This record gives sequence, structure tokens and C-alpha cells, in this order.
Amino acid sequence: MTRESMEYDVVIVGGGPSGLTTAIKLKQLDSNLNICLLEKASEIGAHILSGNVFETRALDELLPNWRELNAPIKTKVSKEKFLFLSKSKSLSWPTWLLPSVQQNHKNYIISLANLCRWLAEQAEALGVEIFPGFPANEILYNEDGSVKGVATQDMGIDKEGNKKDSYEPGIDLLGKVTVFAEGCRGHLGKQLIQKFELNKGKDPQQYGIGFKEIWEIDEKNHEEGLVMHTAGWPLDNNTYGGSFMYHAENKQVFLGYVIGLDYKNPHLSPFDEFQRFKTHPAIRKVIEGGKRISYGARALIEGGFQSLPQMFMPGALLIGCDAGTLNMPKIKGSHTAMKSGIIAAETIVEHLKENKNLSIFEDKFKKSWLYDELFRARNVKPSFSWGLILGIIFTGIDQLLFKGKLPFTLKHKHADHETLKPASEMPKIDYPKPDNVITFDKTSSVYLTGTNHADNQPVHLKLKDPELPIKYTLEKFDEPAQRYCPAGVYEVQNENGKNKFVINSQNCIHCKTCDIKEPSQNITWVTPEGGGGPKYGNM
Amino acid sequence: MKILVAVKRVIDYNVQIRVKEDGTGVVTDNVKMSTNPPDDNAVEEAVKIKEAGKATEVVAVTIGEEKAQETVRKALAVGADRGIHVKADGTLEPLAVSKLLQKVVEKEKPDLVFMGKQAIDDDCNQTGQMLSALLNWPQATFASKIDVKDGKLEIVREIDEGLETIEVNIPAIVTCDLRLNEPRYASLPNIMKAKKKPVDQLNASDLGVDISPRVEQIKVEEPPKRKAGIKVANVAELVQKLKNEAKVI
Repeated sequence: MTRESMEYDVVIVGGGPSGLTTAIKLKQLDSNLNICLLEKASEIGAHILSGNVFETRALDELLPNWRELNAPIKTKVSKEKFLFLSKSKSLSWPTWLLPSVQQNHKNYIISLANLCRWLAEQAEALGVEIFPGFPANEILYNEDGSVKGVATQDMGIDKEGNKKDSYEPGIDLLGKVTVFAEGCRGHLGKQLIQKFELNKGKDPQQYGIGFKEIWEIDEKNHEEGLVMHTAGWPLDNNTYGGSFMYHAENKQVFLGYVIGLDYKNPHLSPFDEFQRFKTHPAIRKVIEGGKRISYGARALIEGGFQSLPQMFMPGALLIGCDAGTLNMPKIKGSHTAMKSGIIAAETIVEHLKENKNLSIFEDKFKKSWLYDELFRARNVKPSFSWGLILGIIFTGIDQLLFKGKLPFTLKHKHADHETLKPASEMPKIDYPKPDNVITFDKTSSVYLTGTNHADNQPVHLKLKDPELPIKYTLEKFDEPAQRYCPAGVYEVQNENGKNKFVINSQNCIHCKTCDIKEPSQNITWVTPEGGGGPKYGNM
Repeated sequence: MKILVAVKRVIDYNVQIRVKEDGTGVVTDNVKMSTNPPDDNAVEEAVKIKEAGKATEVVAVTIGEEKAQETVRKALAVGADRGIHVKADGTLEPLAVSKLLQKVVEKEKPDLVFMGKQAIDDDCNQTGQMLSALLNWPQATFASKIDVKDGKLEIVREIDEGLETIEVNIPAIVTCDLRLNEPRYASLPNIMKAKKKPVDQLNASDLGVDISPRVEQIKVEEPPKRKAGIKVANVAELVQKLKNEAKVI
């Protein structure tokens, strides 16, 4: 059956900071371009989750008058703290001893979801057609192998793959250029990287899982503009991670935790580490008496420069964290994602008008501050593979003395799915039970995300080998999916003495961790029916 | 035959509702909003009747702030022909909505008015009934099946005792149950076409209706949290606790 198709100058997949920036910049450069932007969430912003301490550099270039346009960027960072935590103590690290990339006094505490909603308004006002609730689920190719566009998902398919009464076929969206801006571990981006060997000669990509909760806290504990980061407890010296706590407006704090997905112990539960972290006296005293109002989690890029794939290919560009432009030591990816969107738009306009090859993206990227930033940041994350203490010492030398310009580049040696050790060789971790005041279980947390998927639809978490979880992964790694999934999607249930692997796909909050960490790469995340997934507010 | 369908913009049914700290209402800033679910069923049914050749036009109407228009656009994207947006800010009670709808009905002269059986935000379940009284039209509420017959509707209603089949004369008001049908998805080309369909804008203040609230809202608060249960060792202890602590027997 041939599907209906629609033609555009540019088709953009993903309504995050990079995709929206591309759309706006394209319209600024040439208002006659026909641009459509697809977003899998039910509305722009509903799948966006980020800290976020925002550096305005890219936005200043894109929309210098963002203040007059009433951008939701209001809370300037007023004070900074960095704490090393031991189980019950905390040691404050003087901020002047922090590398300049970790100093935030010019930045703002924002909700990235709200910023994206605002960017979408700007884009629509310029004439960009934005379609939330329409996941792109397939890449379309020309006969010469170049990218032709994407197809949207069929709607109204039941569990067994049959068409329901409400069946609505997807359509082909054809673009002279297609821009993939799906965010970290985009499921189409992953296919493109493989097909065009975009990561040839690069280190394996590195990821982390980030958690975020929003708390409404007691006025006396709230200090608007305060930015605090911690390292140390509850993680051991060999696990990469740390926390953030940002005091935003309206007595809210954005509290979060990031753990590198290169952790080795299959018994580790990132969710429970985050919950446990909140019981530290230095954290508890801030949120005690407050109320948790939001929860969410999302995988993020940590590989940086060494792992960044080539971002152009015939007919398409791969931008933002779909490629991996996050600056890890800065703990920021929004401004870099936006900058990659600006470069993408400039590239596309020259391509369309002057018939230049999309490969000019590379030269533009190399001449930009984005390249310089990522280059200087490159050695920080790999140095932490030597442990927290050596990592800090090296980072001090690399960032403070040499400003990231040491004449060598450390490598990322392993992909994150390769790092788990057999369960029998690693210590079990006994996590405390949630108290439902400071700490919570996964069920009540997922409830706060507003996550839903229409119930009668195919499972969107595909197993290459359905037997593998019980036959192999359970025995060797104690099936870590039960623990690394932040939404309780995966369970091993025992029925009549027989183990069964259960996938509660309706709980999925689209973080992509399973697609990354599953030791045999047995789980593939694909798009569910449009509009499914979390409904984040001001995350 | 012309069908008018009333649609309302409400907080999406998946969103966890949060009460404002000062108790004046619930948080709506940056919260995902959608069409009231049974209103989607009402639109679907109207479009189906039109597709079956039994109606000639489906008009979607909404009342509310500027952004309420989105619900009309959604109705247009799934098959309504044109829209009406009655602009009104602030709290709107069912009586005010019914009176405004009455004005729209007098202007549009539809043969049928469809709407959801109730809105999921205030759960009032009053607007259809009040509109029926104001217009002096027959009403069929909680419809789970609608058959259009010559000048009449045969309607199956979802009631406590089971299903009730009634017949009403046209013109009539029908309020729709979620079991009525499965609303279709808006396809991408239809969303684009919907952007070009006409939506008339009216101001509530121009319709000569007093929409000021008649109910004073004193406070909004969360329901009390359920306390954790305890395990009792035996029946005797259970009876003793029910008698002396819970004082229910």
C-alpha cells in the first residue's frame, strides 16, 4: 500500500532545543522555506527533562532579544556550592578552585521544557509547521542511498499488529534535507550512525542516566539562584556520577542525580542510589518539610569529543545529542545542542541555495566555539575511569592549568553495555526501603510523570531474542534491567516455579537506558503510538 | 441535518492534578491540556453520522480563553466542518455555559446538539441538561449508542441498572458516554487542513448573557491521604480493634 506523502524543504525530527533552533534559524535565513518539525510527545516539552543551568550563548546568537520576547529564563545563578559527600559528612570545595567551565555566575536556572515550549511559539510565529504526537519511526532513502525523509508511525494498531477501527496510516514526509534531532540515543539516529558508519574511527559513545525531581520546599530553606553540585556518597570511588540541586523560582528546587552507565556492578540500581542520596543530612535538611511534585529520568550523552560521530550524511544532518554534543565537565548540553542547530541551518541554506555539499557542516563546526568547547572538555570524563580521586586530580591539572589543551586525548575504551561484571563477582547492594517522605518507590514516582501509552498497541521495547533475559541475562547478571530501568518497566516474575520476563511497556518514560545498557544489546527501543510516554510539566 | 458539538478544554487525563498552595484552585501553568475525553466521543459520533449521509454539517463550538480554540481545531482535524469559539475568561459555571450555548443554538439553528456527558475537571454533569431545559428540547444523557431514524433518535443510555433504550424527537440534546465509540486519530494532512477551516470568534460579553459565577468557591484542597493499614494477629484482635479503636461495631 502506498502511503500519502508530503514534501518540504526541510523535515526536522524532534522538538528539543537543537531541532527547534534549526527551525527558527532556517526561517530567519530564508522565510520562504517550508519546514515541518515532528515531535513524538503529545506536546512540545512533554518529553524534555534537563537540570538545567542554562548558558545563553547560543540563544544570544539566535534570538538576541529573548528578554523582550519574554523567554522563560528568569532566575540568575546567585551563589554556587560544590560538596564532597561522605556517608554523613560533607566537605565544601571552594568555588574559586573549580575549573572555569564549572562556574555558573552568568547562567540561569531554567526549565528546559518551558524553554522548548517558548522556542516552539517563536518557530510557529515564523511559519514552521510543528506536529506534536507524530513520532517518526522509519527513515526513507532514495535509490542512491541518500536520506529522502521519514515516515510517521501508523496509528491504531493492536497488540498483535492488526489494524483497529481507528487505524490511521502514517505518512511519508519528504525533505530536501532531513534533520535528526531526537536527543540522546535517538532510535533513528542510531540506525543512521550504523548505516553511514558515522562513528568510524571514533571512541564508543558513553552515556549516563539522569534523574530529576522537583520539590516545593519550605521558604526558610529556599535560596533562589543557588546552584549546588555534589560528588561522592552514595557512589563508590569507581562509579562516575554526582548530583545537582538548583533553587528555582516559586520555592522550587530541581534536584537530580546523574550516574555514568559504564558502572560495573549489575546489582547497582541508579534509581535507588538517587533515592538514598536524598537522605544525606546536607540534602535532607533542604527538602525536609517540602513536597515532591515531579519525577523523571532520561539518558544523556557523556562521550563528548572522542565519541562524536560525523554529523552530516547524504541528504541529512544529525545534531544535538542525537549525535552527542553535550559538554560533560560543564554538565550542559542545551547551548551546545542549540549551536549545532544554528550550524545545521546555515549549512542547509547554503546547500539549498548554492548547491554546496552538506559536508560543509564539518568546516563550520570546526570553526565554531562549539568545537573549541568540546575539544577542551574531552579529557575529563575518560580520566574518571581511574576513579573519583585520580579523576579530580587529573581534571584539576587539565582544566585549571592547561585549560583543556593538553597535547593528548584520553580514550573511552568500552561501550556502556560491555562494562557489567558477572553478578556473582560483585557485591549485592542493600538499599533502604522508601519512607514515602524523602524517598519513594518507582511506582509512585512514575505516577508523577503522567506517563501513559494507549493500552492495546504493540510493545515498543523489542527483544531480539525473547529467551535471552531468562536463559542468560538473569543467570549471569541477575537481569539488571529490573534495576537500571527508572520506571519499573522490566520485571522477572516467578510463576509456578518458572521465571518469566515481563515488560510493562506502558510505564516507559522514554529514557532509552535499556537500549544502551542491556549487556547483549538485546533490547531495542522503538517509537510507540504518537503522544505516548511522559507528560512532563516544567522539567 | 446539522449537528452542533460542544467541546471543552481541560487538563489532560494523564496529568497528576496538583492543588495550588494557597488553596485557590489547581495548577494549570505548563500543564498539558486536552479535549475533555467524552467530548471526543461526541465529535466522533457527529462525524460518523455525517459520513453515513445522515447529517450535512458538523459545527464544533467551545467556550473559554484564547487557547480553548485548540479543542475546536482538534475537532476540525477529525472531521468537523467549521468551528465557533466563544471567548470568555475566568470561571465558567454550567449555567453560564448553557446560556451561552443557547445563544449559539439560536444563531446556528442545529437539529442536534452533542456534548460529553460531563467534563473531567469539575465533573458537574449539568450543561446538557440545563441547555435542554433552556431550549425546551428533549434530552438523552449518557448515550452509548445512537441510531438516527426518521425525525427521531433511538438512544441506548448507560444507567446504574444497565442499559436503557429511549426514543427522542429531533431537535434534541445528547450527552455522550465514553462507550459510544472509539475516537479516531487526527491524521497529519487533516491537521493541516483543519488549520484552514473557518473558526468564528464571538465574545461572551456580546451575547447578552450574565456569566458571572453564582457559586463562591471557598477552598480547594487535596483529599486526605489514606493511612497505612496494620496487620492483626487473629480474629479476636480484629474484633477488639473494630470495636474499641475504629468504633464501627
